[in-house]
Amino acid sequence: MHTAVVIFPGSNCDRDVIHAVSEITGSVVVPVWHKDTAIPTSTDLVIIPGGFSYGDYLRCGAMAARSPIMASVKKHASQGKLVLGICNGFQILTESKLLPGAMLANKTLTFICKQCFLKVEKTDIPFTLKYKNDQIVQFPIAHHEGLYFLPQDSLREIEQNGQVVFRYCTSSGEISEDGNSNGSLNNIAGIVNRQGNVLGLMPHPERASERIMGGTDGALMWNSIKTWIDREGA
Amino acid sequence: MTFHTRILIYLKEGVLDTQGKTVAKSLTDSGYSNLRNARVGKYIQLWIDADSREKAYEEADRMCDDLLVNELIEDYSIEVEEQ
Amino acid sequence: MHYSEAGLRENEYKALVETLGREPNECELLIMGVMWSEHCSYKSTKPLLSLFPTEGKSVVLGPGENAGIVDIGDGNGIAFKVESHNHPSAVAPFQGAATGVGGIIRDILALGARPIASLDGLFFGDPELQKTKNLSDGIVRGIGGYGNPVGVPTVGGKTFYDKSYTDNPLVNAMCLGHVKLDQIISSQTALPGQAVVLLGSKTGRDGIAGAAFASIELSEDTKSSRPNIQIGDPFVEKLLIEACLELKEKGLIVSMQDMGAAGITSSSSEIAAKSGVGMIMYFDRVPLRETGMEPWEIALSESQERMLMIVEFENVSHVMSIAEKWDLDAAVIGEVIEGNDYIIKDGETIVVDLPATLIGSDCPSPDWESSVPSDLAEKWNFSVENIPFNNDLTPDLRDLISSPNLREKKWIYEQYDQMVQLNTVTGPGNNDISVLRIKGSEKLVGVSMESDPWKCYLDPYRGGAETVARSIRALAVAGAEPLGMTNCLNYPSPEIPEQFWELSESVKGMAACCSELDCPVVSGNVSLYNETASQRILPTPLVGVVGLIRNEKEMLRCGCWKEGDHIFYVGLSDPSLSGSHYQMHKMGSPKGRPLIFNGQAESDFVARALGTARKGLARSGRAIAGGGLASALAKECISSGIGAEMKLNIPTRKDILLFGEGGPRAIYAVPSDKIVEFRHTWRGFPIVMLAKAGGKSLYIEGHLNIKVEELQKIWRQE
Repeated sequence: MHTAVVIFPGSNCDRDVIHAVSEITGSVVVPVWHKDTAIPTSTDLVIIPGGFSYGDYLRCGAMAARSPIMASVKKHASQGKLVLGICNGFQILTESKLLPGAMLANKTLTFICKQCFLKVEKTDIPFTLKYKNDQIVQFPIAHHEGLYFLPQDSLREIEQNGQVVFRYCTSSGEISEDGNSNGSLNNIAGIVNRQGNVLGLMPHPERASERIMGGTDGALMWNSIKTWIDREGA
Repeated sequence: MTFHTRILIYLKEGVLDTQGKTVAKSLTDSGYSNLRNARVGKYIQLWIDADSREKAYEEADRMCDDLLVNELIEDYSIEVEEQ
Repeated sequence: MHYSEAGLRENEYKALVETLGREPNECELLIMGVMWSEHCSYKSTKPLLSLFPTEGKSVVLGPGENAGIVDIGDGNGIAFKVESHNHPSAVAPFQGAATGVGGIIRDILALGARPIASLDGLFFGDPELQKTKNLSDGIVRGIGGYGNPVGVPTVGGKTFYDKSYTDNPLVNAMCLGHVKLDQIISSQTALPGQAVVLLGSKTGRDGIAGAAFASIELSEDTKSSRPNIQIGDPFVEKLLIEACLELKEKGLIVSMQDMGAAGITSSSSEIAAKSGVGMIMYFDRVPLRETGMEPWEIALSESQERMLMIVEFENVSHVMSIAEKWDLDAAVIGEVIEGNDYIIKDGETIVVDLPATLIGSDCPSPDWESSVPSDLAEKWNFSVENIPFNNDLTPDLRDLISSPNLREKKWIYEQYDQMVQLNTVTGPGNNDISVLRIKGSEKLVGVSMESDPWKCYLDPYRGGAETVARSIRALAVAGAEPLGMTNCLNYPSPEIPEQFWELSESVKGMAACCSELDCPVVSGNVSLYNETASQRILPTPLVGVVGLIRNEKEMLRCGCWKEGDHIFYVGLSDPSLSGSHYQMHKMGSPKGRPLIFNGQAESDFVARALGTARKGLARSGRAIAGGGLASALAKECISSGIGAEMKLNIPTRKDILLFGEGGPRAIYAVPSDKIVEFRHTWRGFPIVMLAKAGGKSLYIEGHLNIKVEELQKIWRQE
């Protein structure tokens, strides 16, 4: 398994993702600088990590979405290879139209960093195949703009297509306003494109990958990806 | 010629404007009972070199399309003034 | 220009003229006014600070550098320091707090350390006032608004409310950094013939003479003070961190200093003076944000996100290319020369020519008078009979645990990224200390932050000692051996003899405790003049102690009782109500004398607590602090979701036993198979078994009966 992590000047979860992925899967992880124009050809998985890419001054992820490296990320995705955007990385994927939707400020109008419960609603994609359907997992969130928004008709569309992978829920798995810390429409925490190879989510799986960090639910995501790549590659 | 271009960006009708709602609530709580609604947006000023006002407008419009505005959630208006 | 307009006193001006052998010019005068301000020179407290022990087996760098460093083994060092940003936060809470966080991060960075965690000591005024709500809201947003983007987690802190901080809130920002011991960068190693490089943001007029602003009382009209406020840009700081660490990795930095108070002048003259060299600065080469800046403005600008470094001339182009990679401005703005002359040139004109050693030191000490406050007898005039005793203490516990000082601070810490960098083993919340892992090593680093202003107000010596002890007790219970301390001394004006006495006594008390418990002071900061025309703050020394946990197995957590665990109380049963949360709740003001400091008991406690954690003899442990035994029990119940039923066969008046504060005390939850060894470890120290954990209520026969569920609700304000 070969992983490339795209690093923008304001990325701050890049080192965390590199640590988690290499610790859990033993994958070769290559950092790719935002001014670069190419992703190594052997790359199976591209991760766009969390942070504040270019300071997030206009809209989160807006400028990063237009940086030179994103053309290669799009090309990588168009070949059916895997792209994962976490937090700011999810914002960048929506801004670059690889995923539908946009992020608004949290309903609290504050930055929120806390553990959240998520329901895994789609387990037939490379990112989640090790999870059980409707499994409840715990990942932390840490963002100011994470309220997932789509106009009603498009929202209906992604729901009908089964593109919602993660939904915020309560500890008992209830999809309610209670578990929905940032106010996302339909409690959406993570979605996948129609082809199933580009996933974006606001919560941080890399922060839930080691027991000493308080939980290992996120490690399953790395193991899912590894399993899929090993299988596809073989 | 340089044109001073002002761009106002605001959330579309129907997109939840949490900031606007909060501002409206604070003002109403402070006793401004005649307040009907408040919306919060962004104000960007650009200085653009162009041959004509129309050209400057077109250029600004393209910039909005390219980067400044996310058409999924935002609307905008442009004002151009010769300097 | 008269020297007083530059902020100098008559004796200081005379000393300056005598050393120079001439009258200083206007630019020199302005520079000296700032450099000899309280904030930059520590002139009022230097003799006092020398009371702190500064050496110890783990100390790698003590006071005098940008921050202290302790050795945690495996070639790793932890750099840490706390610094105040009080005045700026009072007038512009968001930016003031934000730039406070940015400033302390650069202090740590200056040593070549990667900043890995922040903690914040926040002191807010009357919680009922809208003013306090606005200030605290802005300050908390500011800390998050800077710390979150810059990618340094905020892992803990201390929040304290008292009406004395209403006009003058305090923001004390602490940062920890990780550095390989063989890669530490010093600010004392510049050599003649090397280049002085300015890296980071362009220099503007923001924050000019902020240090001087921090050295006077706040005026009533705070709006007029606003032009002094600096604006922070965390995005640039993030770039600066990565660029500096890359430059360090490549061995390109000879010496480095962050640019905080008094900007370019302070940082460059400090390097020169400490390295024993001179410097020529070319101000026409400084990248500027504004036009028409005068040399004194460039000299004293406190524009944020800038670092000053000394590099070999042959490496300059390499340094420039790395700066460019990170989109940062960089320029050679001077060179190191032989001698002791600190020269600033503007084009061909020499605008400043001062001895380097004069600028940062040599300020005459003011020798403030000290006198015992005349109202001391009145303050100490307290008998427990002043608080009528009521057998049922349930309502009191309810009030205390839901009070702004003791309740959950989720509204604050959820606005901070507590986990970025993946090192936070224990973050903020219902924990006594924060714990960080060091990747690639078994070792864990524990940090505690404490302050106890009510006790310092009543008896600054005892209060100061208690503050330090409290911080160390919490670490010891968690299994962390204290390695070193940083502190921030927040006080009102030292020019009033009774206030200077409070300052001196509390430093003596802190120093006594540090010496007794072998916890050297490695860095610190002093913030004086925290007062307005109508109000002065309580004496507020804040300490941050860093401790070492040898491995995860030897770490003891809190708030994790299991059904059937034996709950032990260790410690004497005669705490004091003086300066306690209970007394404040009952009487509205602190009265009496806090518990006397008992060094032997403290070190006996620390040894046994460390033994308990290291041998894994308890499941959960919590040092008793604010709110006393009852609050400690309540907090354990809240996190564990389990109650306990007990009878207190201790003759002390029960509100004193349950709500009194001070002295080395803790509660432990011990599994039944560890009881013998636990008791053995605590031999020679008072120990009582209180109860078995279990049930849905915290019940103390005759005095307390409350459901755990209710405790959780009121503590969390749900």
